[in-house]
Amino acid sequence: MIEIGLGHYLTLGAIIFFLGVIGIFLNRKNVIVILMSVELILLAVNINLISFSIFTGDILGQIFTMLILTVAAAEAAIGLAIIVIFYRNKGSIRVEDIHEMRG
Amino acid sequence: MLAHTFFFYFFSGIAIFSALMVITSRNTVNSVFFLILDFISVGCLFIMVGAEFLGMILLIVYVGAVAVLFLFVVMMLNVAQQKQSWFIGKKSTHIPSGLIVAIIIFMELLVVIGGWKYKDNVSNSSSLVIDKDISNTHAIGSVMYTDYILYFQLSGIILLLSMIGAIILTYRRRENVKTQSYFKQISREKASSIELKEVDFNKGVKIDD
Repeated sequence: MIEIGLGHYLTLGAIIFFLGVIGIFLNRKNVIVILMSVELILLAVNINLISFSIFTGDILGQIFTMLILTVAAAEAAIGLAIIVIFYRNKGSIRVEDIHEMRG
Repeated sequence: MLAHTFFFYFFSGIAIFSALMVITSRNTVNSVFFLILDFISVGCLFIMVGAEFLGMILLIVYVGAVAVLFLFVVMMLNVAQQKQSWFIGKKSTHIPSGLIVAIIIFMELLVVIGGWKYKDNVSNSSSLVIDKDISNTHAIGSVMYTDYILYFQLSGIILLLSMIGAIILTYRRRENVKTQSYFKQISREKASSIELKEVDFNKGVKIDD
C-alpha cells in the first residue's frame, strides 16, 4: 500500500475511464459534457500508456501518448465547431433535442 | 518514497474527485473548471512519475488551449441556463444500461490489472529503452524525429485538417459587409477605368453618372 507501483496507476486510469463512460451515458444536459467525458476517457488511456512506459522502461508509450494528445486536440476542435453550428441553427444543444437522424 | 506515496494519493484523489464533478455538476461552466483541475492534477502525476515533457505538454496544451476552448464555447452558447437534473428527464431509461456497461468495463479493467505478471526479461524485451543519462525531452525527441517521423508528420496533417475543418464549419458569409474583391482590383485596366475628355474653357465637363 505504501509502495506505489504500476497497479496503482492502472487503477487510477481505470477509475477515470469508468467515470468518463458513465458521464457519456448519464448525461442529459448538453453535448459539451459528452465531449468532456470523451476527453476524460482519452486522459485515462494516456495514464495507462505513460505508466506502462515508465514502469517497463520503454519510451514508446510516451510517443503514442503524444500522438493521442494530438488527435484529442483535433477531435475537440472539430466537435466544438459542430456544436457551435448546431446551436446556431437550432438554438439548443440539449441531448433530447438532437434527433435529426432519428437516433 | 514516502513523499511519492503521499503525492500520488493526493493528486489521484483530486483527479478522481474532479472527474466525478465533471460528469455530475449541474452547471456546465463548473464542469469545465473541474476538467481543468483534472488535467492539472494528472499532469502533476505525469511529472512526478518521470514523464516531465508530457506532463508539461498536458498542462500547456490541454489547460492552456483545449480547456479554454471548451470554456469559450460554453460561455458563447448560453448553455449555463439549462439547468436540469439528469434523473428527471423524460427519456431516462438508458441510465441503467449505461451503468451496467460502465461497471462491466471497470470490472474488466480491474481483472486485467489484478491478473498479470511481469515477464522475466521485461526490460530486455522493450525495443526503445529509456536512457537514464539523458533527459526525458531529449529521449522523446531522439525517437520521435527519427524512427517515428512518419507518425509525427501524419499528426501534423491531422491538425491541419482539423483546423481547415473547423474554419469551414463555422465560416459564415455575411450580407451587407463591404469587402475587397481582389480579382476586380487586379484585373482593372486603363481603358476600362480612365476616360480622357477635352474640357472647354470656362464650361466645365459633364460627367454622366
